[in-house]
Amino acid sequence: MIELLSEMFSYTFLVRAVIVGFLVSICASLLGVSLVLKRYSMIGDGLSHVGFGSLAIASALNLAPLAVSIPVVVAAAFILLRISENSKIKGDASIALMSTSAMAIGVIVISMTTGLTTDVCNYMFGSILAMSENDVYLSVVLSIIVLILFIVFYNKIFAVTFDENFSRATGVQAGIYNMLIALLTAITIVLGMRMMGALLISSLIIFPSLTSMRLCKTFKSVIICSVFVSVLCFFIGVIISYLYAAPTGASIVGINIIAFCAFSLASMIKNKKGGVL
Amino acid sequence: MAMISCQDISFAYESNIVLSAVNFDIEEGSYISILGENGSGKSTLIKGLLGLQKPIKGKINISETLKNSDIGYMPQTNAVQKDFPASVYEVVLSGRLNNLGIRPFYRKQDRENALSNMEFLNIIDIKDCCFRELSGGQQQRALLARALCAAHKLLILDEPSSGLDPLVSDDLYQLIKNINLKQKIAIVMVSHDIDRAVEYSDYILHLQNKQLFFGTAADYLKSDIGKIFMGGRK
Repeated sequence: MIELLSEMFSYTFLVRAVIVGFLVSICASLLGVSLVLKRYSMIGDGLSHVGFGSLAIASALNLAPLAVSIPVVVAAAFILLRISENSKIKGDASIALMSTSAMAIGVIVISMTTGLTTDVCNYMFGSILAMSENDVYLSVVLSIIVLILFIVFYNKIFAVTFDENFSRATGVQAGIYNMLIALLTAITIVLGMRMMGALLISSLIIFPSLTSMRLCKTFKSVIICSVFVSVLCFFIGVIISYLYAAPTGASIVGINIIAFCAFSLASMIKNKKGGVL
Repeated sequence: MAMISCQDISFAYESNIVLSAVNFDIEEGSYISILGENGSGKSTLIKGLLGLQKPIKGKINISETLKNSDIGYMPQTNAVQKDFPASVYEVVLSGRLNNLGIRPFYRKQDRENALSNMEFLNIIDIKDCCFRELSGGQQQRALLARALCAAHKLLILDEPSSGLDPLVSDDLYQLIKNINLKQKIAIVMVSHDIDRAVEYSDYILHLQNKQLFFGTAADYLKSDIGKIFMGGRK
């Protein structure tokens, strides 16, 4: 095992991927709890498609991918929130609208410029080779900012997630905290997208929180548990992907599915026992 | 001077007027019950008082001494997510959030306040229980405790006794009256229970998409509308 790890970490690209993946896993699992409970699970999916579109445009124009997609996805997140709050198009429909539109634009741009290269394929399904050194620095700084903001606003995020009307009525600026959640989600998605792939990144947000909700009963324990689940699944997934040359994103999701099933089973057994006793 | 004064306010959803021409004042420390049938605009009026819904006409004057952070609110329990993983303590403590201002974390006094409100409502022994696994009555109490944590001058309740059996809801009415008398917090409560509303509250506001009656509970009993709705029971 130790030999395997030291062999893995002799590759610089793997070290980069693990550092970024570790931080992104933590951010995604923290935000995921709030997003799942607010019924915003699909926002992650929608935003990742927008991210794909913006990456396609960035690579067509030869611009730095992260620098272009972060502002675009953040803007998309704000628009999605606004739409789902105000307009007559309901939240889920507006997400579907936006994500397919962005995907279509991305595909058009790609076919007109570079064609379906490995780069583009990597955006869809993810690759750990995609990180440059500058990307790593930016990712580390941004994910630490996301982490700090989440911890500082933890109590407010809880209140806004649990009962938004109550927070509004008692003088808490719920709108600002919704925007904060959207902003942090957007950043996390763009950072994680290139490793996990546009099609799979939302699993990183949804799975750990759903998994830990099987067993944990309080908000704090759900949050802490999902961080551990997320990080653990990430590491196992990366090791498996290294051993069997499997795609990283898909391996991580695979491990997450196993964890989810295991937790569901444990919760079923626990409930049955409780019923008998 | 009144804490909140409603002057000829009307509410509409997409140009359908649901409530029009409502005039009443909420005085400090008073206890107002809002009566009316389903769809008569009670919950809309509550939303208006809380600033969640803007009136299309008229004005809600809020006195300068009443800040948003002085108001506690207890929604109908079906408005709260039933499958949310949170302990009772976490839920109740979140009522103190409006006292935090820009501070990120709760202080000792916030925790103590949450605990004492839970003690007052007799839910201290279930403080670590999961909110979604509680009975209806316990959930109501937890939400009331949260509202109390937030309320300093005004407590607004939307059908607190819905879905409770008569004994438990008797308890709840008694608790709310105690809060009103002991902590000098004004109460505005939407209720279906005309008998108890008349028994416990100082003022009655009766709505039927417009204002049918506003006045003291005693006057309500003598009024024509009161007599009709009490059905000659008293």
